[in-house]
Amino acid sequence: MNEILLQIDGKEITAGEGQTVLEAAQGAGISIPTLCHHEKLVPYGGCRLCIVEAGSGNSSKLVVSCVYPVERNLVVKTHSEKIDRIRKTILELFLAHAPNSAELQRMAQEYGADKNRFEKEASFCIHCGLCVRYCAEVKKLNAVGFIDRGIRKEISFIPEIASKECHDCMECFPLCPTSWLQAAFVLTEGLAFSADSLQDPSKE
Amino acid sequence: MTRLTTPQELEKIRKDIISKRNPDKHCITLCCGSACIASGSEEVGAGIEVEIENQGLIDEVEIRKTGCHGFCERGPIIVNHPDKTSYLHIKPEDVSEIVSQAVNGKKIIDRLLYTDPETDEKIIHESEIPFYKHQKRLVFGSNGSIDPKSINDYLAINGYSAVSKVLSGMTPEDVLDEVKKSELRGRGGGGFPAGIKWEGTRNAEEEIKYVIVNADEGDPGAYMDRALLEGNPHSVLEGLIIGAYAIGSHEGYIYVRQEYPLAVENINLAIRQAEEYGLLGKNILGSGFDFFVKVHQGAGAFVCGESTALMTALEGRVGEPRPKYVRSNIKGLWDKPSVLNNVETWANVPLIINKGADWYTQIGTESSKGTKIFSLVGKITNTGLVEVPMGMTLRDIIYKIGGGIPEGKKFKAVQTGGPSGGCIPGDQLDLPVGFDELTQAGSMMGSGGMIVMDEDTCMVDVARYFINFLTDESCGKCVPCREGLRQMNKILTNITEGKGKEGDIELLEVLSETAAEASLCALGKSAPNPFMSTLQYFRDEYEAHIKDKKCPSLYCKEMINYYIDPEKCNACMICFKKCPVNAIDGEKKKIHIIDQEKCTNCGTCFEVCPERFDAVKKLSGEPLPSPVPEEERMITR
Amino acid sequence: MEFYLGMDNDKIDQIVDRHKGEASALIQILLEIQGENHWLPRQALERISQRLHVPLSRTMHIASFYKAFSLVPKGRHEVHICMGTACHVRGAKRILETVEDLTGIKPGETDVEMKFSLETVNCLGCCALGPVINVDGKTHGMVSVSQTEGVLKNYE
Repeated sequence: MNEILLQIDGKEITAGEGQTVLEAAQGAGISIPTLCHHEKLVPYGGCRLCIVEAGSGNSSKLVVSCVYPVERNLVVKTHSEKIDRIRKTILELFLAHAPNSAELQRMAQEYGADKNRFEKEASFCIHCGLCVRYCAEVKKLNAVGFIDRGIRKEISFIPEIASKECHDCMECFPLCPTSWLQAAFVLTEGLAFSADSLQDPSKE
Repeated sequence: MTRLTTPQELEKIRKDIISKRNPDKHCITLCCGSACIASGSEEVGAGIEVEIENQGLIDEVEIRKTGCHGFCERGPIIVNHPDKTSYLHIKPEDVSEIVSQAVNGKKIIDRLLYTDPETDEKIIHESEIPFYKHQKRLVFGSNGSIDPKSINDYLAINGYSAVSKVLSGMTPEDVLDEVKKSELRGRGGGGFPAGIKWEGTRNAEEEIKYVIVNADEGDPGAYMDRALLEGNPHSVLEGLIIGAYAIGSHEGYIYVRQEYPLAVENINLAIRQAEEYGLLGKNILGSGFDFFVKVHQGAGAFVCGESTALMTALEGRVGEPRPKYVRSNIKGLWDKPSVLNNVETWANVPLIINKGADWYTQIGTESSKGTKIFSLVGKITNTGLVEVPMGMTLRDIIYKIGGGIPEGKKFKAVQTGGPSGGCIPGDQLDLPVGFDELTQAGSMMGSGGMIVMDEDTCMVDVARYFINFLTDESCGKCVPCREGLRQMNKILTNITEGKGKEGDIELLEVLSETAAEASLCALGKSAPNPFMSTLQYFRDEYEAHIKDKKCPSLYCKEMINYYIDPEKCNACMICFKKCPVNAIDGEKKKIHIIDQEKCTNCGTCFEVCPERFDAVKKLSGEPLPSPVPEEERMITR
Repeated sequence: MEFYLGMDNDKIDQIVDRHKGEASALIQILLEIQGENHWLPRQALERISQRLHVPLSRTMHIASFYKAFSLVPKGRHEVHICMGTACHVRGAKRILETVEDLTGIKPGETDVEMKFSLETVNCLGCCALGPVINVDGKTHGMVSVSQTEGVLKNYE
């Protein structure tokens, strides 16, 4: 694999061809905030927290480091006034949904995000997609998926699959930053699982 | 239809078709585009057919049902050939006279002619009508003379001669050079130089390459692509074949939105007919070049007009855009190099090949060559589709061609570029239309929608309208768009309901920056444009809504009150009867009063009050006058 | 009052076979079924997912993402109100509100008697006739607030 030399926050970094800027940064011990990223999953590019400024020559632009491929002589800045302002706004948009999430609160402190900046929203799902993607890519069960689009987008369990598989798995539950996943599961279980699948899961 | 195996055979068939047509036989061309069909042209067409038979004129008169003529305001439209008399606003009752006068007497039916609003003069020929006179209908013009369901009609106007020219003497590089020289820029919104896009794909090292026609046309108010695809589908096919040849692609897709059933029908028919003639499929005209086309329907998602989302939809998935770091002309559909261009872009290609890039570059401006078809709609006298050379000013389009603002209202702004564009105010009307000029003014060319707004349009509501549109159409994957627009929608809706507060504008600006800088795709990145441009040019309206709780255009329902002026009320009882919630108190000769508690602000009373009284007023941001005392309510004047 | 609770599996299989069972034709297949049946029953979605070897979650996402599809049965008459920019500028919002008041339903809903289903559409391309109400494919143009009731009264 070819080696690619680039610069992140003034540090000279050697990365492998095909790596993303995020991978290169993490490999060099430089931390960039992420939420929807998971090393077992295909990079998603949904939360946009990992934006960085990347340029070569005279021009630079904001790119999403979890999907942006490394380039020779790329100059990357992981912080700037604009980047920090945008990250703060993104966190505030999340906090409108899930003000009590521990992970969000931790990042909010770092960026000075105000959880009351925006009016509260009813659903505390922040669409990181970790549950959907984990079930599809790692477990290959597709027990939970997205439905609809835009501001009406939601996660939704497929009752027939979830009632058979989830009790024995639940690997996605700890991934959810806001516990919406657990709430959605319990709701689906109560409303849509067929009666016989509601046996005591400890009996086998 | 015999399969044509050489360019010579194509020319022979063309000559045959033309020779069998009598140029002196009277032909009634009737516009059967979707808008005219909605205005009743199907009934008119059926009526004409019956009349021709009844009057025994089958050998002397024929009817040709064409695509959109463009002057949608005055549809259904008929243009008689060969004399080129143009009749507008045809009703089924007019049909028998039109048919009989076509041959017998050849008298012109005055009442169906266009009347010039300034001079009251009647205009006989289509080309002299101001709406048409100032246009340059290079791409769109043929719509009026061909039946889109007949490939022979297209051949009779020199159709597929560009394909023939290309396949019988030009190399793919020759074609590519010509398109590059023409400086043709994409007509779908991005305005990217087509030749450079094609070149990138041509040079990509992959066996399989795709060409795609983007006929998703999601911008509300824009329907040029529909008219082209419905009215002249072969022109798009011809351009696509030429492009595929230049790039080295053998498989093409036409993505049409399912809301355009007539366009889907006509393009499918055109493909079948072209295949029968051997103009599509294996070994086209004996050149050894194979090219196949499939039609794929959209399913109701504006975001699928974005090129990477469209490709995802072609793959049978939800229309979620992909990041543009890897360009889709290198890695597009199924990760193969793909050239995606708009319908109008493809339709320009046969012109460029037939007449040459040198001719093409004479039209337009320094940076925007050729013509552009705009859909001129909204508060405008002559609504319709207009094709003008790049560089014509907005003023000329709106006033010379569009006939200005109806009902004597004042022009306020023209919105271009759909939900990605902005509003351009009156003091910039002398702006020449061009990609860069419109972008610099804070808007963009977009697909060509041009929505004219007058003094009654609330610009804050316009921003709210577009943001609201996008909250529904956003794919929902990335935060700046999904969540950012969600909050912007809330704030703007509050402002238009009189609930705006200090700090709202600043918050909207922060959200705009986040969306513009950090969104995944162009939908999110350009979403703030309508808000930013209306804020730039109409900031006073925002401040009036927020600080004075007033809608200066008297539009925002929750911010206006309806009031009957006691000086003008004639107690005619019309509004009393029509009010759907019985909120008006009144009797004959007794001044009517609206009960503000019951009133739902529907606006019916305002609509139905006779013009000569003009007694119903809209008030905003000011206290209502106290009601007339009982004893003074009887009318004595 | 009757409406289909499901769609014949044979019919579905025919449509899938016409598209050679290719997963990339999923949207086209759903469009055909929607066109014939006027809505997509859950059972049809399950059958299609099986035949095309795609997860049901993907079919559900597609069926809910694209507005051409309905996951619930529709009324006898489909009322579409154009909310395109040109119609909006000519007062479409008021027309929509009037229709909502007259029918008692909001866009996306069907009334209890299964008479009307209401939808908003973004641009029917009849801007010269705005504001526009389209019922069962027939376009009613230049509609004013006071004329709306008259338009709907025509439909049983």
